[in-house]
Amino acid sequence: MNILLYDHTFEGFLTAVFEAYEFKLKQVKIIKEALQTEQLFAQTRKVFTQAPKAERVYQKLKSLIGDLGLHRMLYTFLSEYEDIETHLWAVVQYALSNPNRNIIQDFSHPSVLKLSQYAQMVHREKHRMEAFVRFRLTLDGIYYAEIEPDFNVLPVIAKHFKDRYQDQKWMIFDQKRTYGIYYNLHKVELVEMKFANHLNKQEGLEMLVKDEKLYQHLWQTYFKKTTIQARKNSRLHIQHVPRRYWKYLTEKFVV
Amino acid sequence: MNFDRITEKLEILADAAKYDVSCSSSGAKRNNQNKGLGNSTGMGICHSYTEDGRCVSLLKILLTNHCIYDCAYCVTRKSNDIKRAAFTVQEVVDLTINFYRRNYIEGLFLSSGIFKDADFTMERLVLVAKKLRLEENFNGYIHLKSIPGASDELMKEAGLYADRLSINLELPTEKGLKLLAPDKNREDMIKPMNYVKNEIIVFKEEKKLFRNTPKFAPAGQSTQLIVGATQENDLEIIQTADSFYKNYQLKRVYYSGYVPIADDARLPSLQSKVPMVRENRLYQADWLMRFYGFKADEILDPNLPFLDLDVDPKLSWALRNQHVFPIDIQKADFEMILRVPGIGVKSAWKIIEARRFSQLNETHLKKLGVALNRAKYFISYGMHFGNLKFLNSSNLKQFILGNTKSKYQDQYNAQLALF
Repeated sequence: MNILLYDHTFEGFLTAVFEAYEFKLKQVKIIKEALQTEQLFAQTRKVFTQAPKAERVYQKLKSLIGDLGLHRMLYTFLSEYEDIETHLWAVVQYALSNPNRNIIQDFSHPSVLKLSQYAQMVHREKHRMEAFVRFRLTLDGIYYAEIEPDFNVLPVIAKHFKDRYQDQKWMIFDQKRTYGIYYNLHKVELVEMKFANHLNKQEGLEMLVKDEKLYQHLWQTYFKKTTIQARKNSRLHIQHVPRRYWKYLTEKFVV
Repeated sequence: MNFDRITEKLEILADAAKYDVSCSSSGAKRNNQNKGLGNSTGMGICHSYTEDGRCVSLLKILLTNHCIYDCAYCVTRKSNDIKRAAFTVQEVVDLTINFYRRNYIEGLFLSSGIFKDADFTMERLVLVAKKLRLEENFNGYIHLKSIPGASDELMKEAGLYADRLSINLELPTEKGLKLLAPDKNREDMIKPMNYVKNEIIVFKEEKKLFRNTPKFAPAGQSTQLIVGATQENDLEIIQTADSFYKNYQLKRVYYSGYVPIADDARLPSLQSKVPMVRENRLYQADWLMRFYGFKADEILDPNLPFLDLDVDPKLSWALRNQHVFPIDIQKADFEMILRVPGIGVKSAWKIIEARRFSQLNETHLKKLGVALNRAKYFISYGMHFGNLKFLNSSNLKQFILGNTKSKYQDQYNAQLALF
């Protein structure tokens, strides 16, 4: 067996695909570097991410499975499930061995089906994050939000927020993956930082502008008052707003 | 801003606006240009859900709850002894912008009690929308209430700034309106609705000639009917909805189960329950008319003026028309497949696609998303007629109900339980 280790990036994965074909490797397994375990009877090789190689694989796949196919591959990748490389690799092989037809809708192939399911899950999380991000205005004049999404959706929600909030600086920080996206009125940048304390805690509050707490309070007031008590249905409420998201939802915590 | 005062106003005016059901924020595309605020892609977003499970997409408030009318079903009626409040135009603008910037909402839904007269009120609603669009460069969603009796000039301006305009008929029949809202008449409601309908048609025509024709109410018009406040039967409600869909090209008719708010001999008592199942069945009937090609008089007829509470209207239709079944899934038209209980619009399309490649069976249908527990009694697949022996039996309804469980089961019984 040939094990290819890559650097956890999508480009890295595509480079690994390139090299698997370049060196005509048999029985390939592509694994994230950090998840490597010692394997008997296996050839291990480290892949150095190279943009030109990744680009060639990207273009080839685009011609075979189209934008929809690449979209599903990227979304699957962002799901961060343990078995994604296996399915992605299987789909790549399946696509390359069927150059005359687009296999991305062929759900009789288990990995093709899996990709569409993972992509759907990530898509739902993306949509949820577009809804559940709650900005707070800091003294630096930056609208700041924290999230802990199930999947790594920051790269795919950036456009939505950039289109929407063009005249305010904003940052969305993924607490789970300790990186964020920051819009500086011109473009969106990736930022990595370690927060000693995050704004959710009391000590963070002095970093917020004076009116911020008042607007949060107004929003909570609105949320409370717009409920019709005679129709209360907690089960439905929780189904729509699962508990794991409450931590960062202004309307669900007490200021 | 005086936040204490604003909080109090928000409490009063959000509370009074909550009975408006519509919270849709879809159907209008507005691109953010020149570094403005907001961007609508045409896809709605529910930013949160209330504890009664309804979507919170818009900041839904009244401009004021001062009102010159005395409609019995309404909390803000003149004779009701409640706290009154009014926002200034600027306060609504500030709230909307600050909520939007924090990603709390998709936009604003502004309604109002009627103070002084129709035009005076409408003018202020339009002013809020105008300020948001022109001064704040706001591209979020705006839903304005059309005030009954508002002039054409104001409606024209409203359509230029708002995405959706709505006017609530509230009571399905004029008889009901006379009884509960004697100061109002339906003519006043229909006039602005008709004007907006015609303007939308004009806009669509002009758009073909000039690409830059300014938008006019791109998300269309909607209305709302109260269910269970007066004695109307479901047939009358469905017929009213149907005629408004046809004559005024409404995007939506919303149904709102009456929440008892007043002790009035003309209304259900304060102890009566909100008719949630009935409301749900009406929405299902509404969907049948809009997406499934059913006609109003197929769903109900004068001998059966109420929808069944224990089965959905489509199943109910199928049970009354057992003679048109079974339907051959391999050969039937799209329209007939749509009529099978348990098959929705999406799965009907998928069936049409998939049957070109292979003979479909139960496993296929299950994978396509068909609710077989209902559908299996009404379809045949070429040779298999497994469940069809039940089709002609008189107790098919009991049989299907016995095999399915509804979350509403405990609400079917009109009779009180002893324990």
